[in-house]
Amino acid sequence: MLINEPLIFEIGSEGRSAYSLPDTDVPETDIKDILPEGMLREDISGFPEVSEADVVRHFTRLSRLNYNVDHGFYPLGSCTMKYNPRINEDVARLPGFSMIHPYQPPEISQGILKLMYELELYLAEISGMDRISLQPAAGAQGELAGMLMIRAYHTLRDDPRKKVILPDSSHGTNPASVSLCGYRAIEIKSDKRGLIDPKKLRQIMDEDVAALMLTNPNTLGLFEKDILEITGIVHDKGGIVYCDGANLNALLGIARLGDMGIDVLHFNLHKTFSTPHGGGGPGAGPIGIKDVLSDFLPVPVIKKEGDSYQLNYNVLHSIGKVKAFYGNIGVLIKAYAYIRTMGADGLRRVSEVAVINANYIRNRLQDFYDIPYNSHCMHECVLSDKIQGKHGITALDIAKSLIDYGFHPPTIYFPLIVKGAMMIEPTETETKETLDRFIEAMIDIAMRAEDDPESLRHAPSTTKVGRLDEVRAARKPNLRWRV
Amino acid sequence: MRYIPNTKNDCKGMLKDIGIDSSEELFSSIPEGLRLKERLDLPAGIPERELSLHMKDLGDRNSTIDNYISFLGGGAYNHFIPTVVNHLISRSEFFTSYTPYQPEISQGTLQSIYEFQSLISLLMGMEAANASMYDGASALAEGVIMAGRINKRDEVIISAGVHPEYRRVVKTYANNLGIDIKESPFTEEGVTDLNWIRDNISEKTSALVLQNPNFFGCIEDIKAAEEIVHEKEGLLIISVVEPISLGILKPPGDFGADIVTGEGQSLGNPLSYGGPYVGLFTAREKFIRNMPGRIAGETVDHNNKRGYVLTLSAREQHIRREKATSNICSNEALCALAVTIYLSIMGREGLKRVAYLNLQKTNYAKKRLAGLDGFKIGFKSPVFNEFVLETPEPPDRINKKLIKKGIIGGLNLEPFYPEMKNSLLMCFTENNTKDEIDMLCEALQRG
Amino acid sequence: MDFPEDLLYTKEHEWVRIDNGKAVVGITEYAQQELGDVVFVELPSVGTEVAYMDPFGVIESVKTVADLYSPLTCEVLEVNHELETQPELVNSSPYDKGWIIEIAISNMEEVGHLLSHDDYMAHIEDTED
Repeated sequence: MLINEPLIFEIGSEGRSAYSLPDTDVPETDIKDILPEGMLREDISGFPEVSEADVVRHFTRLSRLNYNVDHGFYPLGSCTMKYNPRINEDVARLPGFSMIHPYQPPEISQGILKLMYELELYLAEISGMDRISLQPAAGAQGELAGMLMIRAYHTLRDDPRKKVILPDSSHGTNPASVSLCGYRAIEIKSDKRGLIDPKKLRQIMDEDVAALMLTNPNTLGLFEKDILEITGIVHDKGGIVYCDGANLNALLGIARLGDMGIDVLHFNLHKTFSTPHGGGGPGAGPIGIKDVLSDFLPVPVIKKEGDSYQLNYNVLHSIGKVKAFYGNIGVLIKAYAYIRTMGADGLRRVSEVAVINANYIRNRLQDFYDIPYNSHCMHECVLSDKIQGKHGITALDIAKSLIDYGFHPPTIYFPLIVKGAMMIEPTETETKETLDRFIEAMIDIAMRAEDDPESLRHAPSTTKVGRLDEVRAARKPNLRWRV
Repeated sequence: MRYIPNTKNDCKGMLKDIGIDSSEELFSSIPEGLRLKERLDLPAGIPERELSLHMKDLGDRNSTIDNYISFLGGGAYNHFIPTVVNHLISRSEFFTSYTPYQPEISQGTLQSIYEFQSLISLLMGMEAANASMYDGASALAEGVIMAGRINKRDEVIISAGVHPEYRRVVKTYANNLGIDIKESPFTEEGVTDLNWIRDNISEKTSALVLQNPNFFGCIEDIKAAEEIVHEKEGLLIISVVEPISLGILKPPGDFGADIVTGEGQSLGNPLSYGGPYVGLFTAREKFIRNMPGRIAGETVDHNNKRGYVLTLSAREQHIRREKATSNICSNEALCALAVTIYLSIMGREGLKRVAYLNLQKTNYAKKRLAGLDGFKIGFKSPVFNEFVLETPEPPDRINKKLIKKGIIGGLNLEPFYPEMKNSLLMCFTENNTKDEIDMLCEALQRG
Repeated sequence: MDFPEDLLYTKEHEWVRIDNGKAVVGITEYAQQELGDVVFVELPSVGTEVAYMDPFGVIESVKTVADLYSPLTCEVLEVNHELETQPELVNSSPYDKGWIIEIAISNMEEVGHLLSHDDYMAHIEDTED
């Protein structure tokens, strides 16, 4: 049933209300005696005037227009759309966590501080890093915090450097974070294997390069085989190695980035550690660092003294703060609960199965789709639309057609180094039967691209709206409802 | 393992299909020496009931604002959250979906973002809003950076009345971008010293940043500030940390602000020890292509049917990479949805009403506390729901005594403003009853 | 694709029509096709002085964005205000109604850096390979 739901502003009637508030229990003073007259607001015209049932029905109806992990397979590459355990939702909402104020004294906040302290230990163990900061609100903010620490490190050594090297397959957040730190992004072209070529890296790595920022496994789903040589080259010239942890789901219990010469990394708890994406957030992007950078950590850090946990603001050369308070606590709690549920064996199994699932898909689709770097992949594989392109069918058409088969499309047109890329990340929480159905859908689409390409160009046909006019949206922006 | 459905047998079959014998082969690209030989040193996995009990135990080691009476504010506020909010954001169609990259199957999220942008624009009195930022502090930092991008000036004046943690975040963000940040002092009345600003502002000033109500709860003279900064053709940035105030205070847009950022926690999101919260970001329409973050817009499909898409994406990191307006990717969508639902529930009247309650409770508390021996109201300026209380003995000592009586007192200001030795920032919301305020006064009086 | 023979070109796929110390600048048919539907053109202010090969504006489509590089050191004399409301002119009429800026050339010697029609055609062929 595909409903047309009006805007919240288009329903209701004047004077209708949904709120429930107590009467004033204190002696009242005329507002004009409290606030200067020029400061008073008369009305918030345009605000909704609806009943509680109106609100419930409106948002319930809207929710039904969304595809989601609970509905079906969501193989969005680089996003790790795994199942979000319900128990984690419940525990994060316990009053003991949700109803505590960030400024209440640590003496009466020992439970949450203990949880944060232990989560830091777990993340350090999983990644092989020495110290963790839970503060960044998302991966990109983790990148910012990490790069700022790198900058502070070089500055303190009186060795200000200007450049950061990134592979051309990197996530867009990487070069954007580099710029935000005042560095210039230098791109290194991936080699024929889809990897960083140590020889080429050696040529461009000099003493003006502050850091190499890479992703491992990279965005093609391939492990950087030469990682030890790569990190060695950077270290030899006094540089730091940053690793984007977006693809950590391939490595849990298998190998540790900290053992490979990585000096700074961020985690995406909303990817690897099962916390939900919430339609775009909130996530959490803790960072892990080697001891050499510990004097630059954002404040506060959590300190254990005997059996008590404290917030410590004394960090010698701290970069400061990237957000108010201590981090996206509600998200951290869910990740903590997930790690406790899985344990070491469970986490290792996560990566094993995630990698098996990705290779199973890759293997079964290789006769039907172009796979530009076709070797054993890690947790995701990247196909291209090259074969279908001969019939005028693009990655976009394939993606939109998948919707009519009941699947969320993969990430498309990324990484940028693959023309017409389709990046498929199945995760470990899908059954073989689901993967088979997805594979069959992909094969069917490949057949139709040959036999009846026209039928793919107008997909999807089973949704509330068809392909939307994005050109119109950008040329004449309409970003809000107006009274 | 209940979250990993494929059995050993399933995997065996899949490996056979791939043409290999063991999963170990799939990891052959990882150099042998890097592959872990031993299991990670983590606690063993535990079943659901054990996890529940463990988490409850950890939670019980925190005192909550439910079993204590709390008068803490300072950027995180104890407001009533209608029960409907949690029910609706707990629908898995909302919380288990990703950023709406495929608009045909994300109309729920996209329309709710469009409604969020509309509500936040109306609330702030501004022309355009984005889909959210991480929190109020980082939203302000992005606002400051955006101002420099617009007018290519490199000096920013930020009032000391802006939340200290926000100022710290602004400095951290702007540190390497060649932006010179000057802090303006505040007056004896607890508001930004506009005379100082008049003396120090120049044609180099990119933006003037004020918080309203400011960190001390005091209401700033935005109108005067607007005239000063616009005379130098700089931009006026206002940070709204307590948006409930906008139920009763004239919004910054009405005073001619150019960029207004804020914190949306008050609007339907729990305290949650400081996060996740939600950054609000609004600007004048002419600046929309300079805004950070995702933006939803209305359009039509090929049948001319109304629908919503993410738009103006060319500003963003996934397209413009190192030249993007920001590095933000994930935002705080679900918290923004909570705000949208909260504001829909409160509506035109409810928001006014809750603001009124905050104002009256605070006004009552102010009068009562002013009458206590040895206590004094720090600043004379009008306030909304917070004010500074000067204390006869060190605030930490007072707070310790209050805790014993089941009261979480105010925020000691000395760590933030070393010169403010005996000052507590006290906050009173609709959740504080008259009885609670009276109990506080009694507890303070008895010492 | 149409590439008028009387224009000069750049490797960044811009065209230049020189007339008496002044020049009009736009993007080529090839560039507009590569970009797709143009949704926004960020124009410089009149009077801006731009150095050779420095960016003077930005051109945006839905899925991509490109800087506009100044083909010559110059002062901006005029900008095409029509593009503010009708950026699609760049697609529909790249050499005429979709012109972007008019400039006063500061250094005529730099004109020698520009590509002739034939050189530009060769450049496109290289790019395509």
